[in-house]
Amino acid sequence: MTQPTRSNPSRGGFHRRDFLRGSGAAAAATALATGQGLAADETGAAVVGPGMSKITLNVNGADHAVLVEPRMTLLEVLRYQLNLTGAKPISGDGTSGGSTVFVAGKPVSASTTLALTCVGKPIQTVESLGGAKLDPVPAAFVHNDGMQCGFCTPGFVMAVRAFLNKHPQATEDEIRAGLNGNICRCGTYANVIMAAIEVVKGGARG
Amino acid sequence: MAEYSWPKQGTTTLIGKEVDRVDGVEKATGAAKYSYDIVLPKMLFARVLACPHAHCKIKSIDAAAAKSVPGVVSVQLLAKPKEEIKWQGYLLACVAAETEGAAAEGLDAIAVEYEVLPHFVTEQFLEAAEAADRTGKAGATVELENDAPEDEDEDAFVEAEVKRQLEAADVVVEGYYGIHSITHCCLETHGSTCEWQGDKLTSHLSTQNVSGTAGQIAGPLKLPASDVTVHCDFIGGGFGSKFAADEWGVICAQIAKETGRPVKLMLDRETDQRIAGNRPSGFVRVKLGADKQGVVKVWDSVQWGTSGIGGGGVDEKVVPYVLTPPNRRSRAVRVSTNTGPSRAWRAPNHPQACALSQTAYDDLAAKLGIDSYDVFLRNLDSASNKKADVYRAEMEIAAKLMDWKAKWHPHGKGEAKGSIVEGLGMAIHTWGGAGHASNCLLKIHPDGAVGIQLGSQDLGTGTRTAIGIVVAETLGLPLSDVKVEIGSSKYPQSGPSGGSTTIAGVSESSRRASQDALRQIAAKVAEKLGVGAEQAEKMVAKEGRVFVADKPDAGMTWKQACALLGMQPLEVQGKYNPGREKSPLSSSGVAGVQMAHVAVDKATGVVRMKKFVAVQDIGLIINRQCAASQVYGAAIMGIAFSLFEERIMDPATGAFINADLGHYHLPRLGDIGEIVVEFYEPASEYERGVIGLGEPPVISPGAAISNAVANAIGVRVPVLPITPIRVLEALGGNGAVPAKWTSGASS
Ligand code: FES
Repeated sequence: MTQPTRSNPSRGGFHRRDFLRGSGAAAAATALATGQGLAADETGAAVVGPGMSKITLNVNGADHAVLVEPRMTLLEVLRYQLNLTGAKPISGDGTSGGSTVFVAGKPVSASTTLALTCVGKPIQTVESLGGAKLDPVPAAFVHNDGMQCGFCTPGFVMAVRAFLNKHPQATEDEIRAGLNGNICRCGTYANVIMAAIEVVKGGARG
Repeated sequence: MAEYSWPKQGTTTLIGKEVDRVDGVEKATGAAKYSYDIVLPKMLFARVLACPHAHCKIKSIDAAAAKSVPGVVSVQLLAKPKEEIKWQGYLLACVAAETEGAAAEGLDAIAVEYEVLPHFVTEQFLEAAEAADRTGKAGATVELENDAPEDEDEDAFVEAEVKRQLEAADVVVEGYYGIHSITHCCLETHGSTCEWQGDKLTSHLSTQNVSGTAGQIAGPLKLPASDVTVHCDFIGGGFGSKFAADEWGVICAQIAKETGRPVKLMLDRETDQRIAGNRPSGFVRVKLGADKQGVVKVWDSVQWGTSGIGGGGVDEKVVPYVLTPPNRRSRAVRVSTNTGPSRAWRAPNHPQACALSQTAYDDLAAKLGIDSYDVFLRNLDSASNKKADVYRAEMEIAAKLMDWKAKWHPHGKGEAKGSIVEGLGMAIHTWGGAGHASNCLLKIHPDGAVGIQLGSQDLGTGTRTAIGIVVAETLGLPLSDVKVEIGSSKYPQSGPSGGSTTIAGVSESSRRASQDALRQIAAKVAEKLGVGAEQAEKMVAKEGRVFVADKPDAGMTWKQACALLGMQPLEVQGKYNPGREKSPLSSSGVAGVQMAHVAVDKATGVVRMKKFVAVQDIGLIINRQCAASQVYGAAIMGIAFSLFEERIMDPATGAFINADLGHYHLPRLGDIGEIVVEFYEPASEYERGVIGLGEPPVISPGAAISNAVANAIGVRVPVLPITPIRVLEALGGNGAVPAKWTSGASS
C-alpha cells in the first residue's frame, strides 16, 4: 500500500501566509510600518506581507521596532527579537496558558496572537512584574513555592495577576474555579492556590 | 580521615526550615533562562519532520524543494530510502531556517513516499496481542514456603503448589487491573540551543544530566569530550526523560557546525509526546488467596505491558507491590507495539506495580466486607522492606488526617446524594532514595565571599537552594552570602537527577567540603588567637562568627577569619562516592502511606478528588518548603495518571491520537481537591541523614484513588486512568472483567 507523499503531522499555526487586509490591525500596522513589504492590492486595501514588515510594538511601556512576517506570533517576536523569554512556548495552541501576556490589559496567549494584531496596543509581559519593585503575585509565588521546574510559572503568574486584578477579593473556591487555563506538569497547583490566597489577604492589586 | 556529621538536631538555623528558593524570583518573573530561552545572534531555528506512520518503509525522500524555500538554510535527511520505521514520530529530516515559520514551510516541502506496513499498537488485551504474534516471555518470580521434593519437576511442583494454596484459602479474589502508558509531558520540550566557538561546542541542552551528556554529544561528532560544554541553568521538566543528549541534541550541534551559526532545535509538542518518553503500561490478571481475616497467603498473577517495539512493561519482581505474601508466582509477558520507546518515569515500575496489586488487596477487603484499612494493616508483616512499624505509624497519622474511621463505609454502601457517592481508598509504597555520587568545588575568598560549583541541575527540587542551605548552615552565614553555581559540565561532576538521588548527593558533597573548609579556617583562627589545636577542634561557625564552641569570645568575625587566608582563596573539593561505607550524612529506604477521598457521579461517571492525604518518612529534611512541594507535586501527578492522562493509540491508523496538550488531559488547578502533606518525623528520622523524596509520593495515588472509587461505587474500575467512560462501563457491568481472557502465560 502506498500513501500519498508527505503526510507530515499538522503543525498548526504555521500556514498563516494569508495577507492581513482591511482589518483594524492591518490598517494600524500599515500606519506604523515603514513601507517595507507593503503594497496595496487592486481593491486599494492596504496589504502587509508576505515578507517582513517593520512595525512598532509597545512592550512594558517602551516602543520597540520589530520586523515581522504576517505569520509571526507575538510569542516569537517577544522571545526572539526582544529577548523577553518569560512567556513560554509550551503547547503552541494556547492550551497551556504558558505564553500568557497582557495585550491592552487583557490576558491573551501570545502563541496564538499574531504580532501584527498588537500594533497600537500596550503589551505587558511577566518581566514587567519583576525588577526593583517586585509585584505581590510573583512574590507570593516565591513565598509559597508555587514553582518547581518553573517553566509554567511565568504564565501562571500572569494568569493569577489577571484573575486577581478582576477579582481582588477572590475566595479560595473562586480561585479554584477561576484559574483553570494553565497547565503545570510538576504539580504546583496546591502552592499556586496558597500564593493566590496570600495575595488576596495582602490586598495587593497590580 | 576527616569526620562528617550534621549539626545536632534542634540547633540548625536553615536546615529543616521553610526556606524560599534562591532562584524563585528569577523563575517567577521570567528572568530564568531555560535551554528554549537561549537567544543568540544570527541563530537559526530548526524543526524536525517526524514519521506519521506507526510502521512503514521509506520509498523515497526528497529534500530538493525544501532547500529552495525562502529562509531555509539547511536541510538534513535523517532517514534513508528503504529504511523501515517502527513507530510514529521517528525523525526523518530536520530543517533549519531564519524563522520558525520558514522552517515549518521547509518541512512541508520535503517529499516522502511511504510504503505503509501492518502495525500493532494496543496492548490492553493479551489475547489480541497473542493473536497478532506480538508477545514474548519476560520475567517470572516465584517464592514458595514449601520446597519442591528433590525428585519432582520444579515447574510442575510450582503449578501444583500454587493451585493447592489457592484451594486451601478461605477466600479467593480474582481480578484484572491495568494502567495505561502515559508520557512525560515536560512543559519544556526536549532539545537544545547550540553554538560553536572555533572547534569548541557549547550545547545549551535541556537535561537532567549536566555532567553526563557532553560525552554523548562529543562521540558522534568525533570531538574530544573536553571540547563540549553542556550548559543548563534551568530545565523545564524531565521526570526521567532527559538523561540523554539524544539524536536531536547531536543533530542540532551538527547543523550549527555546518552552517557556522547558532541553532535552536527544540522538539515540537506532538513529536515530543510521540518519541521523547513514555511510561510502560501494565495489565495483570490476578488470583489471590487469603484467610478470613484478610491476610493474604498466596498470589498468582500474569502480567503484560509494553515499553514499545522491544516489549518490556512493568518488572514482575515488584508485583505484588510491598505487600508480599509468603507464596507467590508473578509471571510477565512482554508485548511489542509500534509505539515510541519508553523512558524512565518518576519511580520506574513502582506506580504501575502499586496500581496492579494493591487494588487486588482492596477487592479482598470488599469481598470480605471488612475495612480496607484493616486488610492493609493485617498484611503489613509481609512488607518487602520490613518497615511494618513505619507503615503502621503512618497509617494511624493518615487515618486521623483523613478521618478515615468516621468516613469509611463498606464498598458500595455509602449514602448517595442524588447520583453522587463518595469513597475512601489507601495504598502504601517504598523507595530507596540514596544519594548519587557528587563532587563540588567550594571557594572561600579572603574577603569572605563564598562560592560553590557542582555539575548538577535543578529538576524542580530546589537544588541550588539545598546546596546553599548546607553551605550557609555549615559556615554560619546567611543563605544570601553563598553563591551556588550549577548547570555546567565544566563544574565538578555530579550525578544525574533521577531516582530521588540529587538532594542527598549534593548535600553530601557540599557538607563535606564545607566542614573541611571550616576546619582549615578554624585552624588559622586558633593560631591567630593563640589557642591550642584542641580548641580549634571545638570551633564552630555561627551568625557570621567563627569561635570556640563554649567560649563565644574566643573567636572573630567570618570576614576577619577569611582575611587570615592571605592572598589566595581557599579551595576545597567535596567528594561523595556512595557504596563504600555507610555515610553519617545520608541513607536510603522510605515507606509512605496515602489515602484518597473521592466523589463519583454515577450518572456521568465523573470522579472528583475531595481530599488526598500523603504521609511520608523522609530522613533529615534540608528545605522543608521544597520537600513539601515534592510531595504536593507527586500527589498531583498521581491524580493526573489516576484520573486524566493516557496515551491513546488508534488501532486503525496506529497513531498516537492525543499527542498534544489539548487532548492529552492533565488535571487543572480546580481538579485536585484538598491535599494534605504530612512528614513522619520521629527524632530517629533526623539521625538517618538525607534521603531523596522525588519518587516515593508519586507511587501510591493510582491504587489509592482506584480503591476510593471502588469503595464509592461498589465495583472496580479496572484500568487507569479512571475516566468517566470507564466508570460508566464498570457500572454497566462491562468494565470489570474483559470478556475474553486467555488462560495462563502465553508463548
Ligand atoms: S513548575 Fe514545572 S511545569 Fe509547573
